[in-house]
Amino acid sequence: MAVDVSIRISGQAGQGIQSISAIMGKIFTRHGYYVFINQDAESRIRGGHNFDQIRVKDQPVYAIGDKVDYLICLDGNAVDSDLPDLDENGIMIYDGEKSNFQSGNSHHFSIPLEQFAEQAGKSKIMVNSVATGAAFALMGFELQPLLDRLKEEFAAKGGEVVENNQNSASSGYRYVKNNFKGISANQIPTGPFKKQKLLLNGSQAMALGAICSGLKFYSGYPMSPATPIMELIASVTDQYNIILEQAEDEIAAINMVIGAAFAGVRAMTATSGGGFSLMVEGLGLAGMTETPAVVVVAQRPGPATGLPTRTEQGDLQFVIHASHGEFPRAVLAPGHAEQAFYLMAKAFNLAESYQTPVIVLGDQHLNDSYYTVDHLALDQIPIDRGSIRFDDQISSVKDYKRYAGQETGISPRILPGLSEAVLYADSDEHTEAGHITESADIRIRMVNKRMRKLEGIRRQMASPKISPSKKSDIVLLGWGSIYGAIKETVQLLNHEGIDAQMIHFSEIFPFSAVPFLTNLKKKTKIFAVENNFTGQFADIFTQQTGISIFHKILKYDGRPFAPQEIVKQVKEQI
Amino acid sequence: MKKKIVSVQDFESDDPIAWCPGCGNFSILKALKQAFVELGKKPHEIAIVSGIGQAPKTPHYLRCNAFNGLHGRTLPVATGIKLANHDLTVLAEGGDGDGYAEGGNHFLHAMRRNIDMTYLVHNNQVYGLTKGQTSPTSGLGFVTKTSPTGSTSPQLNPLLLAIASDCSFVARGFAGEVEHLTALIKDAILHKGFAFIDILQPCVTFNRVNTFKWYADRVYPVDDGPGYDSSDRITAFTKALQWGDRIPIGIIYRQGRPTLDGQLSAITGQSLVTQQIDSESFSSIFESFK
Ligand SMILES: Cc1ncc(C[n+]2csc(CCOP(=O)(O)OP(=O)(O)O)c2C)c(N)n1
Ligand SMILES: [Mg+2]
Repeated sequence: MAVDVSIRISGQAGQGIQSISAIMGKIFTRHGYYVFINQDAESRIRGGHNFDQIRVKDQPVYAIGDKVDYLICLDGNAVDSDLPDLDENGIMIYDGEKSNFQSGNSHHFSIPLEQFAEQAGKSKIMVNSVATGAAFALMGFELQPLLDRLKEEFAAKGGEVVENNQNSASSGYRYVKNNFKGISANQIPTGPFKKQKLLLNGSQAMALGAICSGLKFYSGYPMSPATPIMELIASVTDQYNIILEQAEDEIAAINMVIGAAFAGVRAMTATSGGGFSLMVEGLGLAGMTETPAVVVVAQRPGPATGLPTRTEQGDLQFVIHASHGEFPRAVLAPGHAEQAFYLMAKAFNLAESYQTPVIVLGDQHLNDSYYTVDHLALDQIPIDRGSIRFDDQISSVKDYKRYAGQETGISPRILPGLSEAVLYADSDEHTEAGHITESADIRIRMVNKRMRKLEGIRRQMASPKISPSKKSDIVLLGWGSIYGAIKETVQLLNHEGIDAQMIHFSEIFPFSAVPFLTNLKKKTKIFAVENNFTGQFADIFTQQTGISIFHKILKYDGRPFAPQEIVKQVKEQI
Repeated sequence: MKKKIVSVQDFESDDPIAWCPGCGNFSILKALKQAFVELGKKPHEIAIVSGIGQAPKTPHYLRCNAFNGLHGRTLPVATGIKLANHDLTVLAEGGDGDGYAEGGNHFLHAMRRNIDMTYLVHNNQVYGLTKGQTSPTSGLGFVTKTSPTGSTSPQLNPLLLAIASDCSFVARGFAGEVEHLTALIKDAILHKGFAFIDILQPCVTFNRVNTFKWYADRVYPVDDGPGYDSSDRITAFTKALQWGDRIPIGIIYRQGRPTLDGQLSAITGQSLVTQQIDSESFSSIFESFK
């Protein structure tokens, strides 16, 4: 039996929605399922209305579903706001003692969540664990794996916290078992239990990718949705000898990264659009001084403060063009967590090989959403430090020109202090030796030298992912975190007998050669699907290929696409 | 005594100097080279980060590792370099506009971090490179093209700011007192922590008020000894408040406290840059995500 179940946990900020969605997500993953969890949260610490939605599937899953099969309401308001989204056969858990809602529907289970939380868990904040226990009972899961997970999750907070959570979960579980005998709606079959697959969100995948690539220095200033990258790295600095410094602002952050990279270590920063606006001058400094710098930009809706906790793909053109002057750069935009891991590794290799900045573009949807990943392979991220020399002979090198290497654009690198040579790096236009120059000839040579690297980078850019590969009547064109939504849209359309394929770009700039164009039929209708107002990637695509795009499906309400939404719009336009 | 293993010749650069004849920067450059020689520092052991302005051209005019970055952004770059390779002797250098206007926020936080480096501000109380605009240290009423009726804000007192920020080494030098300045720079480099020297530097072209003579008539050395206790913060505040007829030069405030680089477990052994990347070490990193 195919499994595709969506569970929504709804309540207020501060009720522990995210901790239980991660706990549940991991248990499903351990039972062999694939999970996709997205967060819909307001920018506040307490109150309001937030939810997490866990989609559990027996196939890899990268997108939200359009219906809710299980609704877990942690407060009374959640019943009112979320019940309309519940499938007609869906199951709801709510606290009838705490809400005016009355229901005759046998799938609506009133459970005294708060009372159990206070009795078994000694605090109201345990409603999340009571509800999780109840939900697991209704789904037909064993209690023990949940108790084990709670122990893992809260061990660091001490035995009492573990016990309170476990007791809460047990009370919810037992209440269901005792009171709702014989109900077996929407149960999820439990497979064998193994710790094999991983469950991680885009930020964690990026941080892991950076760490496993030999990251040595991180500097950043907190900004949603990029902060979890910094927090994960901060938690392992002692283990992997990394230095993390919280900067006074994003200007300092990128300049510290440039200093560390100039001195020869792998260095990065991460921010969102607002912080990146402040980093722009530094980005140009990295370009001019030919310093490798990796910058993650986790987009959120802008301009200015925008919608701090929501999603958008509004900064693509910005990051491609950011800074005055011309210099080479690469822009990568992973489609999901697994790709985020590998593209971070690629970002460091490109940055060091071409001695220039590389931007990895995420967004709230990618960075905060959890994905089940089968496997991450360290041996698939080779470390290429470009032209840096570490050999024994360098200690005796005396004469060295930092910006030699006109032919390929790539200068041999010796690091400051590791040889008797001295090196000059300069943000002014400079000679091969790195000194300030006003010479017109040298200016031309140096611009040519730097821009030559762009062609090298272009050759490293992977082609888009095309699926299925046969020519189709309809193409869904997308980039970055839209991957899951368009992939599933294509499956849904194909299922209905509509001939459609996905073309997804994750390595965006410099735009690579276009072998996929041979794939387009004359009458192919291309639909650009983007989380922005203007269709930023569609414009790049047209500019680079000469192919006009007449159909755009755009969304800029701060929320991610559900595949069914795209299906509907495609059908309206064909 | 440390053996002199280097000479001034080791620090000569062939880059042609672009300063005005008679500029105070020449003496600062001389003092800097002399300090390196007397400390026995070799050119490749030093990294100077500078900003943009006339002062920040200094590292081009001597032989050492140099990163001539953006206007106002010296300190973060220098911080990154020091943390990546703490074996380097790191200095940051710039003008008063660079350090106190554009880079003011970084100055506050570098002092707070107390990273082990030396920060030299060539303070000519005017914007030199951009041809004579008002600076944060220009005197009240100072006339320039951007303040034709005279500057309306009082001048910033960098020493007071530094002492208030608990900067671990606060000094003032004068470009006209090369020997005194050389000694200050040496002390600053030897100091474990963030050492800041505000250097009074006559600008012969754009500052006709604070001339060489104006400074020379006013400066006097404070000697850190029985007469003056630089470790006393209140005394230091009082001294730093003095400006006008008499201007103190020397070490105004000094105190020992832990440095940023000294507290990081990642570099208690080798510097970061000499630690090779070992992919094997990550083999268990995914376990907690399973
Ligand atoms: C972001 C930025 N803003 C403005 C400038 C122009 N600029 C260059 S140097 C300078 C001021 C120079 O004064 P100061 O820092 O005191 O150095 P001096 O030339 O006096 O040594 C200015 C405004 C710049 N290079 N970058
Ligand atoms: Mg100045």
